[in-house]
Formats: sequence, structure tokens, C-alpha cells
Amino acid sequence: MLRAKNKTGLVFFPAFDWAISPTHPEREERLLYTQDQVFEEGLLDIEGIVEYKPDLVTVKDVQRVHFCVPDPWAVMTESHFISAGGAKTIGMAVMDKKVDRGFALVRPPGHHANRVVHGARGFCNVNIEAIMVEYLRRAYGVDRVAIVDTDCHHGDGTQDIYWHDPDTLFISIHQDGRTLYPGSGFLNEMGGPNAVGTTINIPLPPHTSDEGFLYAIKEMVLPILADFKPELIINSAGQDNHYSDPITNMNFSARGYAQLTDLLQADIAVLEGGYSIEGALPYVNTGIILAMAGLDYNHLSEPDYDPERYRQSPATTRYIEQTGVKVLKNWRQRKALTEAVRVQPDCGQRSRRIFYDTDSIYETQLENIRICDDCAGALRIESTSDKRGSILAVHLPRKACPACKAQAYQWYETAPAERFNHIFLQDRLDDAYHIRKSRVPR
Amino acid sequence: MIIGLDVGGTHTDAVLISQNGLEKEVKVPTDESRLFETVLAGIEALTDGVDLKDIRRVVLSTTLAANLIVQNKLPPVGMVVAGGPGIDPELFRTNPHYFIVKGALDHRGREIAPLDEGAVEAAVKALKKTGIRYAGVATKFSVHNPVHERRIAEIMAPHFERVFLGHQLSGSLNFPRRVATVYLNAAVYPIHKQFFEAVKQSLASKGLDVPLRILKPDGGNMSFDSSFDDPARTILSGPSASVMGALAYAPKSGATLVLDIGGTTTDMAVLIDGVPLLAPLGIEIGPYKTLIRALQTQSIGVGGDSVVRLTDNGLTIGPDRMGRAMTYGGPVPTPTDAFCVLGLVNGGDHARAEEGMQILAHKMGRTLEETALSIFDQACRQIMAAAREMIDNINSKPVYTVHELWEGSEIKPRHLMVLGGPAPQFADRLKEMFDGNVSVVPHWQVANATGCALARTTSEVLLFADTARQVAVAAGEQFHKEITHTFTLDDARDLALQLLRDKAVKRGANPEHIEMEVIEAYQFNMIRGFHTIGKNIRVRAQIKPGLIRGYDPIAGKLRREDL
Repeated sequence: MLRAKNKTGLVFFPAFDWAISPTHPEREERLLYTQDQVFEEGLLDIEGIVEYKPDLVTVKDVQRVHFCVPDPWAVMTESHFISAGGAKTIGMAVMDKKVDRGFALVRPPGHHANRVVHGARGFCNVNIEAIMVEYLRRAYGVDRVAIVDTDCHHGDGTQDIYWHDPDTLFISIHQDGRTLYPGSGFLNEMGGPNAVGTTINIPLPPHTSDEGFLYAIKEMVLPILADFKPELIINSAGQDNHYSDPITNMNFSARGYAQLTDLLQADIAVLEGGYSIEGALPYVNTGIILAMAGLDYNHLSEPDYDPERYRQSPATTRYIEQTGVKVLKNWRQRKALTEAVRVQPDCGQRSRRIFYDTDSIYETQLENIRICDDCAGALRIESTSDKRGSILAVHLPRKACPACKAQAYQWYETAPAERFNHIFLQDRLDDAYHIRKSRVPR
Repeated sequence: MIIGLDVGGTHTDAVLISQNGLEKEVKVPTDESRLFETVLAGIEALTDGVDLKDIRRVVLSTTLAANLIVQNKLPPVGMVVAGGPGIDPELFRTNPHYFIVKGALDHRGREIAPLDEGAVEAAVKALKKTGIRYAGVATKFSVHNPVHERRIAEIMAPHFERVFLGHQLSGSLNFPRRVATVYLNAAVYPIHKQFFEAVKQSLASKGLDVPLRILKPDGGNMSFDSSFDDPARTILSGPSASVMGALAYAPKSGATLVLDIGGTTTDMAVLIDGVPLLAPLGIEIGPYKTLIRALQTQSIGVGGDSVVRLTDNGLTIGPDRMGRAMTYGGPVPTPTDAFCVLGLVNGGDHARAEEGMQILAHKMGRTLEETALSIFDQACRQIMAAAREMIDNINSKPVYTVHELWEGSEIKPRHLMVLGGPAPQFADRLKEMFDGNVSVVPHWQVANATGCALARTTSEVLLFADTARQVAVAAGEQFHKEITHTFTLDDARDLALQLLRDKAVKRGANPEHIEMEVIEAYQFNMIRGFHTIGKNIRVRAQIKPGLIRGYDPIAGKLRREDL
């Protein structure tokens, strides 16, 4: 009888009755053929593969990560509570040691959702990995976490949430931002002044194939993970690097994804993007499940896969090798880079314009972080959007020092109420979310 | 009058039901090695002194197929499978004569690799040398397109007495289970055929030449003739007989837990609003997971004759049985002996029961009575723990739509129905452990045979339509039709119901009284680029398990002239 080497948990939630819009890539049909393939392969019958029903996340779980404008109900649908809940369910099954590893095969995805949420961007409303990770930290006392994002698009939302957190290593491997949404994720994006180096971007050129991806994992990701020593490794398992994906330009295969999964040995994988719903997803998901369970995936291959056709050019190989040299150099020199960042006079401040492509919202942000050697630093964000008005969001990190705590409360309590529609404080020391009465009508 | 006969592990129970209600009930011992004689003995005892010409139907539930599987006595058969990309089909091997041939379809049923007909011919040649007469064929995604299975069967047909095809046995997706289901059908077939033909002939020669029906594990029956297309659908019908027996007296609303406490095991099931819950995929028996539709039942090794042991963690009951209770001459103390000591049953040799209990009582430093009570309590606790586990499993069954997840309510049984030999004794104690109403099923000792007699004919149909490929397929019904782009979900419902009606009538249902329902209906717009290229439609329809029309459960009588 077929038996999984690693006991593997699976939440499968295809949301067969939810779509962004009828013809949107993020629609009811997206996981239909994946379901058919997973069912037909009998994956859920394999001894050691356990399917769980997703729990729902609570508003408190969401507010541990996000500032939703004006509140979570305004920016989330039922399906978001479920998909984030699916990730949480898997996280709990792993932490409770009911399974060795787990995969949340859920939709809608989350990795483009920032800390402040005015609406949907890149098909994402709330960040399902971050909601899971912060829940696990709160409930199980997990400290050091690595998130490896292998979606073809830069995981800018996850990057934003962990930009200032030195305890979360965020690595994103994606198609070069000069050629694809969201247009970010370059080598020089390495984290805020309190966390320089723990954000790592590995942009790969278009038409990278299995060889390039696996090189990036073996030569860059694995050595850095070994160095960082996370307690948990999360894989944001987007599947749009596949050669058949309609909205990207990479040449990754299903077996390549399985090999990547095998190498990475993530504790938890969470589905992100991937819109080749017939040509890729059924095979890639099967590959990931088999690899997580420690089963043979050598008989798995897309019907039309021809490795010769999708082989990357020598120039691509060289480019990726050079990228690797830079990535590893930045990682090793992160202390020196921190000092270089901190001598700049305005290093604690950044201002940004953020476009929500899915909901057509423009947001402007002014962010201030308290430079701190004792914790991740108190964070103050002024955010304004054309649809939802202005907010002040103050974040007090999980292991905040007394000075940062005082700073955060001072920001929150003394903010001029007439300037903001909403004033929020996310106090992670107390696991509390405070809302101050504002004087501006909603 | 209808005869219902259920072969159990210890006893074979039979009842005769008429317009006057339960006319007669008998119990004969089961001889597993002589099932044919057991069945005949049951019917003989039942019909003794009864006018045979008043009997209109005989419904049987036997352990024939299950015993073959559990005792590893399946005859050799040939299997030909085609997998395509995915898990290596070698890992699903069911038997030594298992041939993997090239050929593959994708998830929408499109051919992605042609069938290697030469390899099929080579398999036929190899199989013929062994003298094997029965074969099975299964290919991946055959329920979306049976073309490869059919072609393989065409090549094989002239050389075998019977070839079973995966897509004809179930419309559900699950290749490994399809392989196992086909295999079991091919392997069970010759013995099933021989057995039931012999039974039919013997009954006819006694003057009982009436329609013979066979109970299925989904709580429905099928006709003698249609059983040869689906012989493995007789496996594990026993638990469903008990559930159907309880059904007549079950509350029409709310969740009900049904416990059939026998000598060897306790079987449990759940009714929701008076309808038994079906298992999501199919029965699992021995090493085989199948697509054979079945009621959701759970069996634990706790019964009247289970072995009682004193371990470091206290008393344990079962899961094994070492013959009968001590009071009836068995070797070790059992819950039945505890009942005997407590005066709840008369038993056989009272002294023997006490003798067994005395050893345990001495070790525990308790009185005889205290010891017997602890055994009783422990048996009840083990049963209730298993029931809770089953309910938890049912409640954690995943769903795949936002609506179902959001609206889904938890099952929490408020009624407990007990049947089987020691039902009244157990019910008394379970009342104290169960939060809700506890009742004993009337005629608890033969309720299983009653269920067998009164079960209606059930069927299920799964229709899959793809308006882009312009096909509608109900693989199980050998139905394959070209459709147009304008085919709708409503068309699919109508078609599925029509196919279901045909199937049910063929299985023996009364065409005048067919209660059908659509249990799943999904429609997906298939978008490629920014254009809708068609719709992907899935409809599942069924005749749910229930009692035949005309049975009046309150009076316990048949209100039909024709039966």
C-alpha cells in the first residue's frame, strides 16, 4: 500500500462559488481541474496524507497583521476568512505535530496584500501566510520564521509586512520586476533599517527553466536558510512560473516544482498564484503534494512537456549565477549594510504610492520607523487612499522594547484627530488592536 | 409476503413480513464455511408451515463476498490498466496478473497518449496461458472518456468469459479505487454467480420461484439479474441491513445514532432527518479502498462475546472474540457473562459465568457484581468513544464551496437507537451516558433482517458535460452523447434524472414510485483568454436509501396487495 514518508496535512479549498469577476483569472474554475487530478490520482486516500476542513480566521487574527480600512469586513469576503483559515489550519496541524508538513491548497491568494489594506491588489485582499505566521507566533511561541515565496510575481505584500522584522526571513524568487507586475523585488530591496538583510529578492530573467530555479534554491536559498536557522519554513507556493502560464514568461515544469519542494523541505506550503488552470495546476499541485509527502513523482509530467523546448539559454544561466553571487554577498555583509543604511539622515522614513490594480485604488503612505537595536522598532504609517480616506496606523512589534512602546503610544495618543478618519494601534505586546475615536466624519 | 434474510458473523436472521406485519422470525447459527446451507436452513426454518405461494419476494444479505476478501480466497483474475502521468500505476497493483499498458487521457478526457493495443494483446496472450477466465480493465479518467477502457475490453472480450470495466462501476474520480473496484468485481464474480444461481435454483425447486434481490452496502437492493453486472456491490451489506431495520422507527428530523450490538462487533451509523448518511467514496475492506457506494458505518470489536481483559490500564473489551461466552461454554469472560452475573440475561450455565468473573474480581479486589458492572460500563464507554470519533470524522469532512462552509452545521445526534442481541441491556446503561433520547428498535434481535426485507432499490448517476468538447458522459450508464453549446445545467439535471430512472428500473425499482433527487449540481464557465469557451457541468443524482413504498412503519405492516 502507498504510504507517505512524511505525514502530510492538506487543506483543499477550491471555493467553487467565488470569483473576483466572471472572466477574472481568479474565478470558480481555477482549481476545478486540480481537484479532478487530485481526486483521480487518489492522493487523499494515501496513508499519511490527511485532509482537513479549513477553520475560519477571526477578525483578531486579521488585525494581528493588517490595518484594514476602515475595518476587516469592508475589505474581506467570506472566502478570504476561509482561505486564510485554511493556512491557519495547516499551521496548527504542523505545530500540534498531527502532521510533519502541510499544504494549504486554497484560494483566493494573499501575497500582494500589504500591512495596510484599502482593497484588493494583485488578486489579494489579506495576506494569508502572514495571518497564519502571526497566529502561530502568538499561539505557539514560534519566533524565527522563513518565508520563501516561489510565486512568479514578487511577493511585495509579504515583503511589506516583514520589511522591519529581523526575525522573519523573507525570500522572494520571481520574474524580474522590470518585466512583470508588481514591478518590484530588486536586489537592493533588503529590508528596513532594523532588519537589513532579512528581506531577500532573487529576480530571475524571463524564460528561466527548471535549471535556473533549482540553482537559485540550491545555491542561494538553502545556504541562507541554513545560516538563518528558522524554526519554521513557509513556502508561498505560487505556480505561475510554469511554462504554460498565460500571464507570465517563465519555463518551469511540474516536476521542477516537485524537485523544488523536495529541496526546500518547507514545513508549510500555501498556494499563491498560478493561472494555467488546465496545463499546469493539476500537475504542479500533484507534484507538490507527492514531494511534500516524500513520494515518488518521477512518473509525473505534463502531457505536452518537452524539456528541450524549455531549456534556458547559457546567457540566462550566467545571469542567474551572477545574481547568486550578489545575493550571497549581501547576506554575508548585512551587518555592514545596516550601518551604511543607518548613516543616511532619513533612513527611518519612506513615502510610497501604492496602486491597487484589482480594485483601482490609489494609496499614498508615509512611514516612520523608530531605529532600534533592541527590537523591530515602533512603526507609524500615515495612509490615504482616494476611496477610503486617511488613517494613522501605529504598529508596536511583538518583542517591542519599552522605549518603542512609549513611542508607539505617544504616536497613537497624540495624533491630531482632525487629520485622520481612523487612528489604529496594533499592540503586539498585548496582542491588542486599539481604535481611537476620530473627529473626522466617516 | 416478503422474506428478508441477513447472514451475520454469528447468526443468520430471517423474517417474514406481510400485510399483518411481522409474521415470523427465526435465527439460525451461521456456518461461514457453508454459507449456502446456512441460507437454505434459514429459509427452511422460516417457511416451515407457511404457504409458499403467498411469498412474493426474497431479499438476501450475505457475507459471501466479504469473506472471500477477508480470508484472502479470491480466485486469480487478469487486470489491464493504463495510467498516464501521475503516480506510478504499479503502486496500485491488486494481484499478480496485473498488466500496465501505455495510453493516457487528461483531466478533461482528451487523449494525450494513444493506447498501446499491442501491449493489450500481449497481456491477453499471457493471461490465456494461465487459464484465467475473468478480467478487469481500468484507465485513468475513464469516467470522463471511456474510449480506452472500451477498446481494451473489445480486444479482450473474445478470450474471457467476463470483462469488467472501471467506468461502468462508478462515475466517481479516483483511479486507484477504480482499479480495486474492478478487480474485486472480476474476482468475486464467478463465486457470486455460482452461489446465487444455486440459491435461486434450490428455492425454485422447493416451490419458491419468486424474484430474488440482493442487499447492497448503500442500504438499497438490486435484482438478481443486475447483481451480475456489479457483484462486488454485495460486499458489507450487513451493516446496512441493520440501519435499514432501524430506519422504520427512526425520528424523521434531527440526527440519530444507530448502534447494532452483536456478538463480535458493534456497527454504528448515522441518520439525518430519517435518512442514512452515505460514505463519501466507497467501502474499504481489507487492503482495498473502493468506489462501491455504502452507508457511512463504523465497526468496532466490542460485542457480547468480546474478550474481557484486565490490563495495567484497567479493563478492556475486545477487539477480539474467542468463541462464545463462558456461560455458553466459551473459554474466557465476556460482557455476556457479566450480564449473566448481573441477572440481566438468563444465560446458559450461570456457575461458569461466575467462575470467569471471579478470577477478574479477585485480581481487581472487587466483588463479583462490581466487576460485572465495570465490564458493562467499560463496554459502553468504548462504544460511545468510537461513536464520538465517527461523528467527529463526519463533522470534519471537507467541503469545497464558500456557501457550504459558511452554512454547514455540525451533526450532533439527539437520538440513539440500539438493536442487536443485547440491545435492551445496553440501552439501559447507555441512557446514562448519552445526552438525548435512547430507544431499543422493536424486534431488535431481527431488525437487520427486517431492514433487508424492506429496503428499496437505490441507484446513483453522475453526469459530466463539457460544452466546449460538446459531450455529455455518464460513464456508469454507458451513456455518451454529443451535445451543443447551448446545453444548460437544467438540461443536465433532466438528463441525469432520466438516466437514473432507467438505471433504477433496470435494477428492479417500481417504475410507479421512484423518488429521485439531485444531490450535486455544479456549472463552471470555462474561460480561455477573455472568452467563455463553454461550460463544465457536473450533476450527481440518486435514489436515496429508504423503505419500500407501502410499508406502514407505525403499524409495522405492508399496505400493498402486490407484495
